Amino acid sequence: MDWYPLYNSLRIAAISTALIFFLGILAAYYVAKTPRLVKGVLDVLFTLPLVLPPTVVGYLLLRLLGPKRIIGAWALEHFGLRLTMTWWSAIFATTVVIFPLMYRTARGAFESFDETLAQAARTLGRSNTWIFWRIRMPCCKQGILAGTVLAFARALGEYGATSMVAGYTPGRTATISTTVYQLWRTDNDALAFRWVLVNLAISAVVLLAVNMLERREKKGGKRPWR
Amino acid sequence: MALSVEVEKRLGSFSLQVQFQAETEVLALLGASGCGKSMTLKCIAGIERPDRGRIVLDGRVLFDSEKRIVLPPQKRRVGYLFQQYALFPNMTAEQNIAAGAGSLEKSRRKQKVTELAAMLHLEDALKKRPHQLSGGQQQRVALARILASEPAVILLDEPFSALDSYLKYQLELELSDLLRSFGGTALWVSHDRGEVFRNCRRVCLLENGRSAPVREMAQLMADPGTVSAARLSGCKNFAPVLPGPESGTVEVPCWGLRLRCAAPWRQGVTAMGIRANTIRPAGEGENLVPCRVERVVEDVFTVIVLLRPEGSRPDAPLLRMELPKEQWQKQDALAVSLPPEQILLLEP
Repeated sequence: MDWYPLYNSLRIAAISTALIFFLGILAAYYVAKTPRLVKGVLDVLFTLPLVLPPTVVGYLLLRLLGPKRIIGAWALEHFGLRLTMTWWSAIFATTVVIFPLMYRTARGAFESFDETLAQAARTLGRSNTWIFWRIRMPCCKQGILAGTVLAFARALGEYGATSMVAGYTPGRTATISTTVYQLWRTDNDALAFRWVLVNLAISAVVLLAVNMLERREKKGGKRPWR
Repeated sequence: MALSVEVEKRLGSFSLQVQFQAETEVLALLGASGCGKSMTLKCIAGIERPDRGRIVLDGRVLFDSEKRIVLPPQKRRVGYLFQQYALFPNMTAEQNIAAGAGSLEKSRRKQKVTELAAMLHLEDALKKRPHQLSGGQQQRVALARILASEPAVILLDEPFSALDSYLKYQLELELSDLLRSFGGTALWVSHDRGEVFRNCRRVCLLENGRSAPVREMAQLMADPGTVSAARLSGCKNFAPVLPGPESGTVEVPCWGLRLRCAAPWRQGVTAMGIRANTIRPAGEGENLVPCRVERVVEDVFTVIVLLRPEGSRPDAPLLRMELPKEQWQKQDALAVSLPPEQILLLEP
């Protein structure tokens, strides 16, 4: 059994989760602070990939990144880079698809944050940067971690947009999900089943992690002394 | 050392208009809930921005709408004790206190935390998280954290609202001592006139977002002047009055009474007030009022008797008398005296 799809899936999921960790938190932090109207618009925009079919996301990405499209042509001309059909093209796809998961969980965590803690810190002379890293993030830690794990799980399972943007080349762009489809299509049922088991195992572990995080959050209680 | 505050702020249909000066003292801001006490503190601390006004602390301008000066909260040196203390839940008590001493260098910071912990009897609590601390300890950690930041003024927002009443008494004494040793200006926000009376000499009344001139607490109790001030000072009996035919008397039409009154009549008076604990059953004397007993409510150490003066109009308010249990015998009717020197003449 060639383990390349597992390795490829894991690195794509890890890189896009790392990206989304910062992007999602940043977006959530600033959207939570914007006035209501802007908030509504941004919220729709940032959540859209969650409800769009992944194929639609893939199509839109191809319209942007394809070698004859705006960004794709520009990258090809200036850096000689083809943005589609490489292993890292899948990162674009998974990043867009999992962004809303991170953004929404982080925003939920930030919105339930007790703002008087930040106010208290300010009257004590502490900067907003200090408050963000020392108070806000630690207090929202559980929610953000849960969001990260969830985003990672979803990234591992991404199929639709990935298959359109990165395609399926064995040993190059193949991921678990595209491999399962390809094996099934070519009647290699036994191998397909093995990959399904691998996928089930990973997903189960990840969901277990999410559940444990959530349970800890409940047990620890956000502010049990209130 | 002084704090001068003059702020205006609109918030929907509510408008805040507050003006007062605090010297080196513990000045009380007394008002019912929702009257703008917390909002006033937040304006001083820089958490809320007033629409107009000027806030000066020890000669430093914290806020001036005309000169467009708005100091950020970090630069104001205003210590704010939040109602729920706002301790950082992710830090131990020690780290919480150290968080207040951010301007000090590391070694000095540690020393400061040790000093404050000793001063506030927190040595055993230092390694604990806020939710493992008792209410009183939480308050002391919050105070230590404020003192660590070396504030020029301390704002206390209903300091005992989050505590069980059996804890309050001891903590109140400690807080009072602490503020004395702090030696600067402090504002004590409360809705409890007893708490204010025990801890502050002067008081600024707040009602519906408007402040009254600062006055002595004792003077407020003796002569509140207005109905709302009397109510805040704990007076519970009010009735509309008219001047009586002779000087030193007033008419109370709803109770059908003519009463002698030690305070001279003045323009603008529309109501009288009398404190429930100054009314006493009496066989003879001045301002004797025959009443029917409408209801008796037993409190822990006192009895509250609701009385309807004979000759009352049907819609007239009942007279509330509070007296120690041993002075009360069950009866359906009795005469009470309303001491002339206890009758408060009040403007609306």
